[in-house]
Amino acid sequence: MSSTPTIPPVPATPQPSDTPSAVEPPITRRVKQRLTSRGATIAAIIIATVWTIPTAGLLISSFRPEDNIQRNGWWNVFADFEVTLENYSDVLVPGGSQSPNLGDYFVNSLAIVIPATLIPLVIAAMAAYMFAWGKFRGKDTMFVFIFALQIIPLQMALIPLLRLFVNLQIGDVQLLPAGSYAQLWIAHTIFALPLAIFLLHNFIAEIPGEVIEAAKVDGAGHATIFWRIIIPLSVPALASYAIFQFLWVWNDLLVALVFSGGTPDVAPITQRLAELTGTRGSEWHRLTAGAFVSMVVPLLVFFGLQRYFVRGLLAGGLKG
Amino acid sequence: MEDLGNKFLQVVVALAIFAAIIGLIMLIVDRAPKSIRDRVTIAGFLAPAAILLVVGMIWPAVQTTFLAFTDREGNVNGIENFVWMFTEPTALITLRNTVLWMVLVPILATGIGLVYAVIIDKARGERTLKALVFMPMAISMVGAGVIWRFIYAYKGPEQEQIGLLNQILVWFGGEPQQFLLDAPGNTFFLIAVMIWIQVGFAMVILSAAIKGIPAEIVEASRLDGASAWQQFKDITIPSIRGALVVVITTITIITLKVFDIVRTMTAGNYDTSVIANEMYTQAFRAGEPGRGAALALVLFLMVLPVVIYNARVLKQQRQIR
Repeated sequence: MSSTPTIPPVPATPQPSDTPSAVEPPITRRVKQRLTSRGATIAAIIIATVWTIPTAGLLISSFRPEDNIQRNGWWNVFADFEVTLENYSDVLVPGGSQSPNLGDYFVNSLAIVIPATLIPLVIAAMAAYMFAWGKFRGKDTMFVFIFALQIIPLQMALIPLLRLFVNLQIGDVQLLPAGSYAQLWIAHTIFALPLAIFLLHNFIAEIPGEVIEAAKVDGAGHATIFWRIIIPLSVPALASYAIFQFLWVWNDLLVALVFSGGTPDVAPITQRLAELTGTRGSEWHRLTAGAFVSMVVPLLVFFGLQRYFVRGLLAGGLKG
Repeated sequence: MEDLGNKFLQVVVALAIFAAIIGLIMLIVDRAPKSIRDRVTIAGFLAPAAILLVVGMIWPAVQTTFLAFTDREGNVNGIENFVWMFTEPTALITLRNTVLWMVLVPILATGIGLVYAVIIDKARGERTLKALVFMPMAISMVGAGVIWRFIYAYKGPEQEQIGLLNQILVWFGGEPQQFLLDAPGNTFFLIAVMIWIQVGFAMVILSAAIKGIPAEIVEASRLDGASAWQQFKDITIPSIRGALVVVITTITIITLKVFDIVRTMTAGNYDTSVIANEMYTQAFRAGEPGRGAALALVLFLMVLPVVIYNARVLKQQRQIR
């Protein structure tokens, strides 16, 4: 794995471990540099292994029969080799209220995440465009203020926002009923906006002014410029942020717990999984398979679009 | 199946309504009379974000601040909730745990991430080695909670262990432990999960910073005969100081708000609660919105200085670039 293809024989005399002094003969110094790099290689492999094994163990276990999981650890998988897909069918196929029914919750996660990614993206891009290219008084102050809103933790808004949703009614009709996705979409949209506006603004402000001026000369209004020029040119930034928001919403637990009501009609898969760990903490055949069902989408997004994801991270965006 | 169709329909209808609203705004903006068009445009583009932020974030935050000084019936009770927070033994444990998280996670995650970033720099298979450590960032903290509960799983000494950590203990001749039940050690086993997640973030940012160090400097130091350790200490660390600060502060902020891990692994029982978890428990489970709001306020006050410092460092970096 490292840059040492051939390993020189280790000198017989024990080496003092730290930095070589200047008077040391060059030959020992070279040996020592290779040693450090060998030690580094080993350290890298140890860290990579420790970081991978927990997930690997869970993945292996999810394919072992229930009896085997309870009898001994997953590292015995080769000793008594037996593979099954039963755990997955058990958690996915609907089977009464006692079954995990993860299929339903998986659909909920998708139904929550798609609007909760698209809606804030459009709203934030619109605002970012005005902050970058609009001309109005107090623009900079307002932009700094929105940027500063990132310091408000989610927790500060939860209680009043829930009350607001409950009380929002015309006559006797509740506008955003508890048993629907609407509360989750709106809550996720609100919490996404400050960071989204900030990141997209940074990108949109870099678009050359001549492009926009040329369009104006041709008689295009702001709406046309926004949809025909700004949006197509901003695709890299939009993609980066969309991946962030997608992973954030898919992996969220707190917003779901507060706003979903916890029913199979609305609750996302993370909430169901957390519930299962609480109530059936020792049913490992279900938990292992269930955890993987919940992880498969983010892992696909992550490995498929890693470059955009990292680019987004480096742009200074991290929500929490 | 009928259910599935219904859910699909909800999504389509919602997106259609949203598209209609945006379309309407665009229409108004384009058709407004010339004399007021500019003003209408600005208002139209900013209105959706402004309304949502004022109604859904700013106003609620103000309300939470007032709520922090009320009891469970909503009557003003002065600083009672804060007295509870700083005197009640269980609440004090929550605060102590939060401080432990806040100190240990940023330092250890950044330290391990830095070491890893340095040793895999330009190594063969760097991309793969990075992806392996970065992967926990992609999965949910709930998923991570399940993964690590399995590592910590406990069986009686007479049985075969199914949790890896207990098996390792047994291999070395020890007794299996209830890692998640026995305080105060259990908090450290939860903290380990957060470190496992955050190292990837630290590594990616720091690795990018390391690659930004000018090659001439590194080459010059090598020609001068600097050892790997000297290079690390005298070249690498000073060159990436800005990135280090950003990583540490960012992880501190995320850690202060940690909720999912504690919720999934112990639900805050056995003396493992932290502020964010206690806030949820008090406000939405125990029917104590006042206490929940007070905890949220304290969380905000703890995050505040870190965020401001972080923003200032980021700004300085931008100016240098």
